[in-house]
Amino acid sequence: MISLLRSIGLIFLHMFRKRETIQYPEEKVVLHPRWRGRIVLTRDPDGGERCVGCYLCAAACPVDCISLQATEDEHGRRYPAFFRINFSRCIFCGYCEEACPTYAIQLTPDFEMGEYNRQNLVYEKEDLLIDSQGKYPGYNYYKVAGLSAGVKGKGEGANEEPPVDIRSLIP
Amino acid sequence: MNEILKYTLMIVIILFTLTTIAAWLIWLERRMLALWQDRYGPNRAGPFGLFIVVADTIKLFFKEDWIPPFAEKAVFVFAPAIVAAAVLLSFVVVPFAPDILVADLDIGLLFFLAMSSLGVYSIVLGGWASNNKYSLLGALRGASQMISYEVFMGLSLMGVVMLSGSFRLTDIVMAQKDFWFVVTQPVAFVLFLTAGIAETHRLPFDIPEAESELVAGFHSEYSGMKFGMFFIGEYLGIILISAMVVTIFFGGWLGPVLPPVVWFTLKTFVFIIFFILLRASLPRPRYDQLMEYGWKIILPIALLNLLVTGGFTLLKN
Repeated sequence: MISLLRSIGLIFLHMFRKRETIQYPEEKVVLHPRWRGRIVLTRDPDGGERCVGCYLCAAACPVDCISLQATEDEHGRRYPAFFRINFSRCIFCGYCEEACPTYAIQLTPDFEMGEYNRQNLVYEKEDLLIDSQGKYPGYNYYKVAGLSAGVKGKGEGANEEPPVDIRSLIP
Repeated sequence: MNEILKYTLMIVIILFTLTTIAAWLIWLERRMLALWQDRYGPNRAGPFGLFIVVADTIKLFFKEDWIPPFAEKAVFVFAPAIVAAAVLLSFVVVPFAPDILVADLDIGLLFFLAMSSLGVYSIVLGGWASNNKYSLLGALRGASQMISYEVFMGLSLMGVVMLSGSFRLTDIVMAQKDFWFVVTQPVAFVLFLTAGIAETHRLPFDIPEAESELVAGFHSEYSGMKFGMFFIGEYLGIILISAMVVTIFFGGWLGPVLPPVVWFTLKTFVFIIFFILLRASLPRPRYDQLMEYGWKIILPIALLNLLVTGGFTLLKN
């Protein structure tokens, strides 16, 4: 009986507490930097696409919402010919971001993606690609890769030695 | 002629006011619950979200009014009407103010008890006609709860009747001129309030519908406005029990300065809000626990209260 009265009293005192609700459209939610929201494709510091079309994101995706086709330019640099994410399927798990070897695909703190037409939830490459380096500024995969793709020559990287002439006997 | 016109007008005004208040109680309940749960509740449609009731009503009217093929059709349709009708009939004897009441019956209290317990037919018939095991279980619980709680609901009021010497509700109110019956009959007040909650099958005594156990209990199969009738009946029941508590234990319309109707309304709303507070704070007891409290604890207390009150009345004379 006492416990009943006590709980009634406690609930009554909640009247004077602050309300927890966030009045959403007027009041925005605080999204943390690591919030897993809308997926973007980032660019390297020189403005080139980071994505090398390795298909690892598509392979990691548990709901198979990513589809892409890799291709190469005249310098041998790989890039996706098309890159499509179906956000009506995406579960925002972030596995694609974890799988990406070049930090190209990233999840951003944005969830306001509502659409009236379901087809509009399918984002093409031009919708995904942004003019930003995202969470990893200064990183350029082709600067550290040991391969020449029009960014730097072979052996010109920061921690890279010039290529060895395998036919020469001079040490 | 003039007399008839006056009473007809009174009935229409009371009916209109009650149903309007009952509808807006949905809003009040949701807002108050939200307040106690640190939320806002409906606050978008209209000022303070008041129009949510209109939206809800429109929604209910546009819902498919479905009668299950396995249901007993006539009873199924008839059952929801009983609850609202029974509760509204009880309001006939409620004295809102010295000059605002439909009928000042000399058996007012008994009439109230009789009419408010008629409401159980709606639960039993509705649950039975639905031909659904959950509905039937809900109806069964409703019936047994009503029987056990009706007993000491009446008994708890007998002390008040002894003190005031009348079943007429206006006499009971006038007998509280010096001090309210809640002072002289505190036990009876607690018992009546408990029974009242069980009578309206409100939380924590909502075991006939017990969402977590019986889907929606007796009204599982109801939809649209037929469900709305059960809903309105429940809220009318809250108003009725609050009004009766105020009339019997808290001096009805009596109060200084303000006009009687205002006093009555204020006091009633305090109890309506208390009902909502109970819903916000207390868990539902188990079915057998509820029956045990009723028969083994509350009924003896009610009888003891009656005995003591009777003894004192005898001594005083």
